[in-house]
Amino acid sequence: MTDATAQRSPPRPNGLEGVAADWASDQRAFKTASWGKAMMWIFLLSDTFVFAIFLISYMSARSSTEVEWPNASEVFALHVGQTELPLLLIAIMTFVLISSSGTMAMAVNFAYARNRKRTAQLMFATAALGALFVGMQAFEWTKLISEGVRPWGNPWGAEQFGATFFMITGFHGTHVSFGVLFLLIVANKVRKGEFDSGRRTWLCREKGDYEAVEIMGLYWHFVDLVWVFIFAFFYLW
Amino acid sequence: MSSVSEDPDTGIPPAEVPDLPPPHAHGFWSRWVFSQDAKYIALQYSGTAIAIGLVALVLSWLIRMQLGFPGVFDFISAEAYYQFITMHGMIMVVYLLTAIFLGGFGNYLIPLMVGARDMVFPFVNMLSFWVYFLAVVVLAASFFAPGGPTGAGWTLYPPQAILSGTPGGTQWGIVLMLVSLILFIIGFTMGGLNYAVTVLQARTRGMTLMRMPLTIWGIFTATVMALLAFPALFVASVMMLFDRLLGTSFFMPALVEMGEQLSYGGGSPIVFQHLFWFFGHPEVYIVALPAFGIVSDLIAVHARKNIFGYRMMVWAIVIIGALSFIVWAHHMYVSGMHPYFGFFFATTTLIIAVPTALKVYNWILTLWRGDIHLTLPMLFALGFIVTFLNGGLTGLFLGNVVVDVPLSDTMFVVAHFHMVMGVAPIMVIFGAIYHWFPLISGRMLSHRMGLIHFWVTFIGAYAIFFPMHYVGLVGVPRRYPDISASFVPDSVATLNAFITVAALTVGAAQMLFLFNVAWSLARGRKAGHNPWRAASLEWQTPEVPPRHGNWGEELPLVYRWAYDYSVPGAPRDFIAQDDPGHRASWSHVP
Repeated sequence: MTDATAQRSPPRPNGLEGVAADWASDQRAFKTASWGKAMMWIFLLSDTFVFAIFLISYMSARSSTEVEWPNASEVFALHVGQTELPLLLIAIMTFVLISSSGTMAMAVNFAYARNRKRTAQLMFATAALGALFVGMQAFEWTKLISEGVRPWGNPWGAEQFGATFFMITGFHGTHVSFGVLFLLIVANKVRKGEFDSGRRTWLCREKGDYEAVEIMGLYWHFVDLVWVFIFAFFYLW
Repeated sequence: MSSVSEDPDTGIPPAEVPDLPPPHAHGFWSRWVFSQDAKYIALQYSGTAIAIGLVALVLSWLIRMQLGFPGVFDFISAEAYYQFITMHGMIMVVYLLTAIFLGGFGNYLIPLMVGARDMVFPFVNMLSFWVYFLAVVVLAASFFAPGGPTGAGWTLYPPQAILSGTPGGTQWGIVLMLVSLILFIIGFTMGGLNYAVTVLQARTRGMTLMRMPLTIWGIFTATVMALLAFPALFVASVMMLFDRLLGTSFFMPALVEMGEQLSYGGGSPIVFQHLFWFFGHPEVYIVALPAFGIVSDLIAVHARKNIFGYRMMVWAIVIIGALSFIVWAHHMYVSGMHPYFGFFFATTTLIIAVPTALKVYNWILTLWRGDIHLTLPMLFALGFIVTFLNGGLTGLFLGNVVVDVPLSDTMFVVAHFHMVMGVAPIMVIFGAIYHWFPLISGRMLSHRMGLIHFWVTFIGAYAIFFPMHYVGLVGVPRRYPDISASFVPDSVATLNAFITVAALTVGAAQMLFLFNVAWSLARGRKAGHNPWRAASLEWQTPEVPPRHGNWGEELPLVYRWAYDYSVPGAPRDFIAQDDPGHRASWSHVP
């Protein structure tokens, strides 16, 4: 249906003219985006504001504190053998999460080709890396808590350190956890072949519609991108 | 449901999206409780919003009884007064106005006016209502919690909001308030994504953005703004909840309370003010823009004239929406910020007056030499223009730093924002209910009862808020339960008693309105198909009231904008949007 009508449509201009033509046209402002994809993009825009405001609040707290801010490279160091390795755990966590974006991108690519097996495998791999990330975050939290970091104070300096750290990484970790959950749900549907059955569900409009994988990918890359900012502003500052 | 076949004569582009039926209800629960039909969800939203709004109305009576006759009513203590003003403000702004404009009118009108069968994700839409309902339940629960609801003022400024001197500060009140706000934002986000995507991606063939009725433009822009502004309130609520429950100090400086050093330290209350108003100022326009849009349509229909300057009206809506994100600190002139910031925010604030004034002029030019029918929707629309103009002009006073500083936190401010974002949008809501009630129910509301309702509400609103400006100008501060034993002259007491009588009268008129709705549902005159002879799409459904799926077998095709009234040479004095008609053309958009 969509394919047949698309052929009858006149060709659309490119570039800025194309943008103007799409917005001035009927039916859809974004000609290539389905409802679900458009909705995810707008949600991510809204979520960007949430994270941006979290980070700006953190920056304002950090730049206006009268008590010294704890030194990130000392606080987030791991004791390996005889040496203190600054930011070791966080480097591994970042590596894991960025890698999961890679597997997700590959999963989306195989979903375009409607390769059921590979898509499901790569999505499970993404979920596993995401779960590993959350696990390492739990380890990091445990370590900091055992060293005396609390939301209301810590041994090294400004008490907003613990508060903003637990709040922002916790909020991000919640995003990752929900992402893992939905990855598992969608991956399982892919594995069982639900998207090839021709049954119309809220994730699948027609036979061979793998778009849910791509939308899941948008969310996952967003969560990754947010982590890059948290990493930069929290650990490297 | 068959897809629409291509029509080569009309020049309307072919269908890009298959026309799939919306989910059908299978039983009692999915039909009457967890309904996924946007029209039913709209009624659920509106009913809940009006129900909690009635609570806020009663609270306003209690506030006025205390202010008008201080000391007479023993049960209104200072603490209770603070709780009343807090809950009155928060309920009216968030749980009534935002919910009814976006959740109520948005849900009902968007699919019908853009020619869709339903919202794009009906299940998410249903969840949106139920999360909103939960938020209202949590909010209402705070009235019965130990210590009662919070009395922090609707702005919830820390540090006082979570200290023991404020009602509910160290008890349940503030916690339930913040949890309820967080729930509201989650619920709204689910609905708001639906409204935005439906407008952008699910219009019918021929419905370009520049053919949409201004109602949709207003609701759409407000929805996008809400999706970007509510995150600030969400974050602020989460942080304050942590301050209250976990002992963090995001907003709490080092404090001594009752001679005792509290464990807080190092936080900034000003950050909360910034976050709150980054939400709070767009919120004003989240309420105002749907009202602007709806009133434009009411005026065009009931003056039988096309809206004057449609394109300008659209751009004014969008520009007001964008500008409202860079004016928030004009609520904070007395917070001690740098004078240059005051200069910046005063400038941006006053710039907003330009597109706003443009809209007022265009409404008046639409009325100019129009065939004005003094129907109830038109009366309320006229009432809106007058009250909005009035409130907008005092806004110019308050937007200037030097004028605002002495007026800040006086009853002048209270009078200003009640006029501009209390009375004015409520006028539009009433006008819209009188206008669309025939579409929703198939019956007309009683005109005679409506006339009494309008005149008492309109004149009463002026009797309440006009004198309040003077009360504020002599220096009466807001949020004080009793100022009789202070510097203010006796005349203020007289005015306050007068205002209270007016407020109770206006309140009584709202009871008449509720009676009118109930009576007309059962006994009202049958409305027929299109009683106002409106051109926009929602009146062109095969059945009135529209049934599930809205459009019967085939989606409508749209050939023109929504404002073809009194076109010379046309057989009727309006040409419906889906009428191929004689002047139909795709090439002459709109």
